[in-house]
Amino acid sequence: MKSLEEIHKIREEKRKELDLRVNTKADTREKHILVCHGTGCTSSKSPEILENFRRILKEKNITNVRVIKTGCFGLCAKGPIVIIRPEDTFYALVTPEDCEEIIDTHIVKGERVERLLCKDIDGTVVNSLDELNFYKKQKRIALKNCGVVNPEEIDEYIAFDGYKALEKVLNEMTQDEVIDVIKDSGLRGRGGAGFPTGKKWELTKASVGDQKYVVCNADEGDPGAFMDRSILEGDPHSVLEAMTIAGYAIGANKGYIYVRAEYPIAVQRLKIAIDQARAYGLLGENIFDTDFSFDIEIRLGAGAFVCGEETALLESIEGKRGQPRVKPPYPAQSGLWGKPTLINNVETYANIAQIILNGAKWYSSIGTETSKGTKVFALGGNVNNIGLVEVPMGTTLREIIYDIGGGIPNGREFKAAQTGGPSGGCIPKEHLDTPIDYESLKQIGSMMGSGGLIVMDDTKCMVALAKFYLDFTVSESCGKCTPCRIGTKRMLEILERLCNGEGEELDLYKLEKLAANIQKSSVCGLGQTAPNPVVSTMKYFREEFREHAIQKECRTLECKAMAKITVNEEKCKGCGLCQKHCPVNAIDGSGRDKRIINQEKCIKCGTCITSCPFHAIGN
Amino acid sequence: MSENKCQCGNPKRDEFMQKLFDEYLPIKDNLIQMLNEVQEHYGYIPQNAQIELSEFLNIPMAEIYGVITFYSRFTLKPKGKYNIAVCLGTACYVKGSQKIMDRLKERLQIESGETTKDGLFSIEETRCVGACGLAPVFTVNGEVYGKATVKKLDEVLDEIISNKEK
Repeated sequence: MKSLEEIHKIREEKRKELDLRVNTKADTREKHILVCHGTGCTSSKSPEILENFRRILKEKNITNVRVIKTGCFGLCAKGPIVIIRPEDTFYALVTPEDCEEIIDTHIVKGERVERLLCKDIDGTVVNSLDELNFYKKQKRIALKNCGVVNPEEIDEYIAFDGYKALEKVLNEMTQDEVIDVIKDSGLRGRGGAGFPTGKKWELTKASVGDQKYVVCNADEGDPGAFMDRSILEGDPHSVLEAMTIAGYAIGANKGYIYVRAEYPIAVQRLKIAIDQARAYGLLGENIFDTDFSFDIEIRLGAGAFVCGEETALLESIEGKRGQPRVKPPYPAQSGLWGKPTLINNVETYANIAQIILNGAKWYSSIGTETSKGTKVFALGGNVNNIGLVEVPMGTTLREIIYDIGGGIPNGREFKAAQTGGPSGGCIPKEHLDTPIDYESLKQIGSMMGSGGLIVMDDTKCMVALAKFYLDFTVSESCGKCTPCRIGTKRMLEILERLCNGEGEELDLYKLEKLAANIQKSSVCGLGQTAPNPVVSTMKYFREEFREHAIQKECRTLECKAMAKITVNEEKCKGCGLCQKHCPVNAIDGSGRDKRIINQEKCIKCGTCITSCPFHAIGN
Repeated sequence: MSENKCQCGNPKRDEFMQKLFDEYLPIKDNLIQMLNEVQEHYGYIPQNAQIELSEFLNIPMAEIYGVITFYSRFTLKPKGKYNIAVCLGTACYVKGSQKIMDRLKERLQIESGETTKDGLFSIEETRCVGACGLAPVFTVNGEVYGKATVKKLDEVLDEIISNKEK
């Protein structure tokens, strides 16, 4: 247990000590080597890098350098990332073998290791984080501490104003004042639907009940989205603090975090954070010597996408099959074990403390008319800078994909961007300049969703993509209501027919009709939005659907049944490279002959296309 | 009736299950948390464990079976010594993870969710392991192989098989 004074003292002293993390001109002889320990970098050996640094420093008896484990820096494509502060030198794609050189050259000699410096897409060497185009248009609120603090040290969180918002709320504000601030800020749920957060808090507070609960939805099931995981891994205390504030505002004393078991690092850091917060008395009985008590427990999910739906999540916490309940009553009235329950998403919580500290006005000055603040996107797919970005609402897709994301690799063309995961839709080229907010995305047939943003180049078949998403929904449908359980299955069968070249024109009409019925009659959000990927691709890429259905053709190589790879005789020089690369010996011809592809043997892997130096092979 | 034996003739409760029952309270809500631990420990959920959980938590076997089959993390069959999971999340899919999956099925001659006859390999589809920066990825017993290609997969498989032969 720490008293208020002790917490203040920790904040003051630690802040001085950590000044070099945020201030490149910090007056200190110390250096901090920050090693990213997000899931991406951990998979490419960042724990080994950390160990090597520590071992070498010890061997060389260097004492003014500390090696710190941090959360995600965002630019996962360049991982593992090592940053040395205060000078803010950014080393990319570091391997455990590079550690010795970094210490010898950078730390001992004071020179930079040129070959490891991060380079921008155009090849310019980047001296510090802020110089990188990737970071220039970003604004970090929810990710403020990610990559700055050690997520396993509560003192570091406290140093950067951690738990200050909680102190302010408990000592200076009434429940209604807290709710008013959140309402005025215009914050909306970051889980996807965008329900006003303050309104949700108000409704839950107004519900009568002897016991209320606060739940954090960390069941990030959208494939290709990793925002929530990064926040939990990089800054778990921000979520704990916000849940405690929410508990005070609605009158609850118990919280649950429902997190995917597939995120072992996030679960581990949450456990550490909860233990530390309890030890400091920031969770538990009489927080900051007030009457308010609050505690948090972790509940692990077990791999079911539908549990991201709030009522299914509640069922799962109760130990049952995660099947959604019929709404109303909403969780605000009857949630966990029938008690009023507040459910918010991880990213929503990550904004709360900042709003309390900086005020509603500050927050609502960022963003668009209807959508305030920032949004974190997990940028992935065919884009150069794969990673985590946080931008103000109203930023256009073009800015995210080209300015921040660095454009499409391998000289390919942009074809579509997918937002909102299996519930969202595809956005074509002509809408690249749409400012992103909840309403505008809905208008163009997609949705904000939790924040997965997958970019696709022109080698991707839109019919196959629609099939991919339907395949996902079919296997994740909980089976409770008929439209979703059977309807999506029928849609998938039609799409499979189309991709196998066995479709007909009537199939397109059937798809649309089924989609409309499923949207109208499913019980929960998962079913109601399941047809979206099909509807939006059919809207913008109808030609491609028609080609599949009528001409039995696919523009790309993805629908293998229809693909036919041929050699352009005029361009072929008879070099034989394609033959060498073909894994199934399907290419005939010898010497300087023009090569011919044996269609019976060909497995349409496309290796010959990429191996031909004369671009003579194609679909 | 000996004290260590229950009436149904099941063998004595093993140490792990006993520890589990000491750790958790017999409340229905704990079912999924306990199943997670059983899955983690055995690599699947043995029938014995289901029977014991049913008695401990006072939940009918049918309901427990319903919960196990609902969640994709729980399996009723043991996995192979090397469980290979290919990520079919969107980011990996766009980067061609389906090709890796197809190759894996072709090499091992089993479908996703199955185990090879010798018990050496099993295949699993996963939806996003969160390493999208390394897409496409597959994991072997949890260890992530990023920027995967069919060639890399072949190398990994060959290495495991040749180690086994030694």
